[in-house]
Amino acid sequence: MKENHIFRMALLGLTTIAMVVTMYLIFIWVPTEYEMGVIQRIFYLHVPLAWLAFLAFFLVFIGSVMYLWKRQEKWDVLAHSSAEVGVAFTTLFLITGIIWAKPVWGVWWTWDARLTAALVLWLMYLAYLIIRPYTADEQRGARFAAIVGIVGFIDVPIVALAISLWRTQHPSAVIFEGGLESSMLATLLVSLVAFTLLYWLLLTLRIAIRKDEVELKRLKELRD
Amino acid sequence: MRFWRKVLAITWKDVLSEFRTREIIFSVLVFTLLVIVIFNFAFGGGQNTIQMVAPGMLWITFTFAGVLSLNRSFIIEKEEGCLEGLMVCPVSREGIYLGKMLASLLFMLSVEVVALPIFAILFNLDISFQLIVITLLTTVGFVAVGVLFSALAINTKAREMVLPLLFLPIVVPLIIAAVEGSGLALSGESWGEIASWLQIIGAFDAIFLVVSFWVFSYAIEE
Amino acid sequence: MSDSIPLSSGVEVQELTKTFGNNRALRGIDLQVTYGDFLIIFGPNGAGKTTLLKILATIMKPSSGEVRIGGLDLKKDAEEIRRRVGVVTHQTFLYNNLTARENLEFYSRMYDVAEARQRIHEVVNTVGMATRLNDRVSTLSRGMQQRLSIARALLHKPDIMLLDEPETGLDQEALPMLWQALQNEEQKKRTVVMTTHNLERSLELGNHLVILAKGKIVHEQTGISPDLSTLRKVYEETTR
Repeated sequence: MKENHIFRMALLGLTTIAMVVTMYLIFIWVPTEYEMGVIQRIFYLHVPLAWLAFLAFFLVFIGSVMYLWKRQEKWDVLAHSSAEVGVAFTTLFLITGIIWAKPVWGVWWTWDARLTAALVLWLMYLAYLIIRPYTADEQRGARFAAIVGIVGFIDVPIVALAISLWRTQHPSAVIFEGGLESSMLATLLVSLVAFTLLYWLLLTLRIAIRKDEVELKRLKELRD
Repeated sequence: MRFWRKVLAITWKDVLSEFRTREIIFSVLVFTLLVIVIFNFAFGGGQNTIQMVAPGMLWITFTFAGVLSLNRSFIIEKEEGCLEGLMVCPVSREGIYLGKMLASLLFMLSVEVVALPIFAILFNLDISFQLIVITLLTTVGFVAVGVLFSALAINTKAREMVLPLLFLPIVVPLIIAAVEGSGLALSGESWGEIASWLQIIGAFDAIFLVVSFWVFSYAIEE
Repeated sequence: MSDSIPLSSGVEVQELTKTFGNNRALRGIDLQVTYGDFLIIFGPNGAGKTTLLKILATIMKPSSGEVRIGGLDLKKDAEEIRRRVGVVTHQTFLYNNLTARENLEFYSRMYDVAEARQRIHEVVNTVGMATRLNDRVSTLSRGMQQRLSIARALLHKPDIMLLDEPETGLDQEALPMLWQALQNEEQKKRTVVMTTHNLERSLELGNHLVILAKGKIVHEQTGISPDLSTLRKVYEETTR
């Protein structure tokens, strides 16, 4: 218990430092992009968010497979917590996409391949989170969610493929293309590291909260 | 051999039951026609507009018809505890999946066999062989995941709601490919033009037949 | 399916547990039922009777522990076990839109019953339903549906019968029929496991009794003494 706490505090400290550095790089250090202007800086948040959403859903997949195989609650806790964090990051990804699109293209939403795919994933994993309360007991909920977590993740590459092919037939605004200057690349990489730390932190916190929830429920039942 | 006899026995009793009640095919067919007529009003009557929206219309209709008929698929198994009856039979859970999947496939194809010509007549479109192949393969994909989620939804508190919530996002690639492919097929394109869409549909079918086959037992287990 | 009687068609349960989330439905069940025994599982509501029976019927998976039925491991040979088990619960497992015959034909195929036509006639005669064979199940009375359900469970000549509270589902007519069918059907010896909440009646049938409370066996006896008052006392003490 105590060790866990120390670990979490260390992770929190590390994440804070990394985030502050990232913010400095994004808003002060990195030069403004020539064509898009200041709005392009949102790119350094937008891309890591996409990477994290993917990472989170990959962990949902791992947790789901392991849960169906081993039937240990910890795998379900991992999958469920990761899905919540993943949906939060996907939401932010969509929001940053919308904010970016408006000044650059004059519209809030463009059916850009990446944004569209993210929207589909967002709906898919919302369904993952929604299914649980609809089931009679927790284990069934966990099992059903695991099935959705597996089927959903396997669907991701097919969704991406179908949407990118669809995009080439109906071209519309592409938000970002082309190479990066070295200072931009450095900023992006630091930002990726910082956000991965953030994901890790949020995941451990969520898992800890989940454990407390389970413990509380157990105590409550003991009292009844 | 024994395995397939049991699979077909499950399919056959669904077909027999459907003959008696006409619950699925008939009602879904009427629903399909209603949707087609309503779309006609929603998009106005001009032939140009119809040409443009026809593939989308077709697949929205078939998707919702699919949700409707898949929802019914496990309801007869839930009455009188028949699903438990199947589970105590000496057949693997995968056998139950295949039996139910084939029955659902038959029901959806029966609806489409009637709906597609009516659709073509009402909107003055030509049905090509390409369109038939696309419809057939897409329907296989629909039922492959649909039966899995239908079995899952039947054990939840809001089964009519849960199925579309799970089913629709998963079949997005299938719908995209079917709409695009049908659009090309309706404007008389050759196989070469449609190939990439057919590949997506085929990949979806193959992957999700296998995945659903393997995870089905977790959906019905208690 | 084979007609030869397996060497051991008993039921062995070791340290069986089943949990639903925080609810521990079964907390370590140890049980030995020898071939030919009639085991009665008695207990208050929520004691875990149905859970235990569902595990034996291979519908539910145990959380931990070993189960062997007819010498076969439940985890490895579930399909082979299903071949040898017949299940009757308060639900009939019959399809309402099909006729009695179609239902029995369907289950004959599922159980690989040889000479299905003849076997169907045998079982419907046993339960006295021969005249209603071509009627749809939905047109039959509840009692007749239940009798048909017994016929369904007997189709494949199971060595082991699992009965989940048959008195709840079966009416006054069907119940004696079930007992008779169990005893007379070809004079075949079989193992029976039955859950019940009717102690008096079941004592006449069984020769092995188990009282289940809060997921544990609190009392067990073989060779049942007809002394009901002693048993009542035991029951009240153990389930309190």
